[in-house]
Amino acid sequence: MSFKSITATSRWRIFKDRTAGGIMLTLTLLSICLVILVGFGLYLKSIPIFQEKSLWELLTTPHWKPLKGDFGFLPFIMGTVWVTGIAILWTLPVSLLTAIFLTENARPQMKKFVFPALDILAALPSVVYGVWGILVVVPWISDKLAPHFVEYSTGYTALAGGIVLGIMILPLLISLFVEIFSSVPKELREASLSLGATKWQTTKRVLLRRTAPGIFAAVILSVSRALGETMAVLMVCGNIAKIPDSVFDGCYPLPALIANNYGEMLSVPLYESALMLAAFILFVVVFLFNVVSRIILYRIEKSFQ
Amino acid sequence: MKLKFIEEKIFKVLMILSTLFVFGVVANILYTVVKEGWAAMNWDMITKLPGGGFYIGKEGGLLNAIVGSLYIVGASTVLGLIISIPVVFYLNVYRSRKSKVAYVARLAFDIMFGIPSIVYGAFGFSIMVYLGLKTSLLGGIIVITLLIIPIFIRSMDEVARELPKDIIDASYSLGATRLETIKVVIRQIAPGIATATLLSIGRAIGDAAAVMFTAGYTDSIPTSLGQPAATLPLAVFFQLSSPIEEVQQRAYAAALILTIIVLILSLLGRFITNRFSKNKVQ
Repeated sequence: MSFKSITATSRWRIFKDRTAGGIMLTLTLLSICLVILVGFGLYLKSIPIFQEKSLWELLTTPHWKPLKGDFGFLPFIMGTVWVTGIAILWTLPVSLLTAIFLTENARPQMKKFVFPALDILAALPSVVYGVWGILVVVPWISDKLAPHFVEYSTGYTALAGGIVLGIMILPLLISLFVEIFSSVPKELREASLSLGATKWQTTKRVLLRRTAPGIFAAVILSVSRALGETMAVLMVCGNIAKIPDSVFDGCYPLPALIANNYGEMLSVPLYESALMLAAFILFVVVFLFNVVSRIILYRIEKSFQ
Repeated sequence: MKLKFIEEKIFKVLMILSTLFVFGVVANILYTVVKEGWAAMNWDMITKLPGGGFYIGKEGGLLNAIVGSLYIVGASTVLGLIISIPVVFYLNVYRSRKSKVAYVARLAFDIMFGIPSIVYGAFGFSIMVYLGLKTSLLGGIIVITLLIIPIFIRSMDEVARELPKDIIDASYSLGATRLETIKVVIRQIAPGIATATLLSIGRAIGDAAAVMFTAGYTDSIPTSLGQPAATLPLAVFFQLSSPIEEVQQRAYAAALILTIIVLILSLLGRFITNRFSKNKVQ
């Protein structure tokens, strides 16, 4: 082979290398832009309703009558807050204790049993959770639990939504906690133990204190996951457009509102815009929560390396 | 006994209870779904289309939803792979792993992963209305692709980041260009690609909120991209809201089919991770 043809092939190879680089960069940038595109698209769609009403009015009035032009999001926002609040309230202690058990107290083999179980929980589709909720949680609430507190409850309540939703975020919380706890150096624990502290004291005073930012980030991330969960919650929470007074009342979270009404939204003026605004609100909240929690988690990951 | 030892005991018990609770929930969910689903399961469910009067309890099966789900999941998985492999490769080989671009990209994909599927669905639906498209197989495929791209990219990226830099350097030192190094990288992260694919399939097949807006629902098997397609999660959802018991039973059967598919995918994913991560060059 002559020298010339070698340089020709090299040039061709370098050309290919650079072109491919350009294509890959474009693909990368395009997929990054998708986030902005989704947010912007939803915003554009919700402009018509802003021309009629102020954002403040939409978010704080409780009346939802699309046919009369009343679009008050308050019941739906409160529904989301209730369901998500209940979910995080009971999963936080359960997931913390499980994660501490796995990283601090249990034998390493324990993870071999727990992780596949968490895998299954994480993989189950939300409609399956919905089916389970209807078959198990809803009857349990209406027959066993609610009679102790209120006269009558159908079981399709904020509490049912919170229980099902909590189980759905359990695997995410536990795996994040396990990861965060494992990033704490062994020496810190040993120093505390050698001073005579018990394991739990070490966990409480060293581990939990040191990982507080990580725990915060994990909770925020799970809350944002919970906010958008649609089908399972929709199937068990009752879908009553009223601000719940107790956990035994039905509620109507934002995602359920979108999923239940998209069929008729095109035939009522401003309805489409209102539902797109609901999606836009969800998007903004989830976006902000994700940015905050991811940045904290990246920092932790970096300090660990 | 000192207070601290009592406290230690109490919390140890609480921890064990929490862990047992997690197992209990998994067992209870699987037991309920299998028990109810198995009772309603028969051969017709997976081999027949819905017959006349299916939704008032007459004969027929769920073949439309099974095939519809397979079409959507298959096509979006292929599309997802085509888009995400170059992105992962670019972030790990063309760019330094600690560069600004890589950081921003990772953050963006993590955020996209967090965006609820109903938001993708609403976005997809509004674009389809804008373009004058009806609910169709194509719409479902596009939205599910958007939904799984972040999962693909993030889980492949996790594996690609662990790839020793020496391997890439070795390839360069033999005169390979960055593009030619892809052959080396792909072979090294192959198990990662496999698990990412299984994860994405699992998420894609179980998603109901996004396809509800975009793919619609139908009793027949779609023959072109422009026709609506039924999906398994929606088969569960719609039939469960029926007041007729026989129809509700079929929702349980559909839920069982979904659960079995997802369980197989999950087990396979774990197996690949365990089996192949041992052989990785360290």
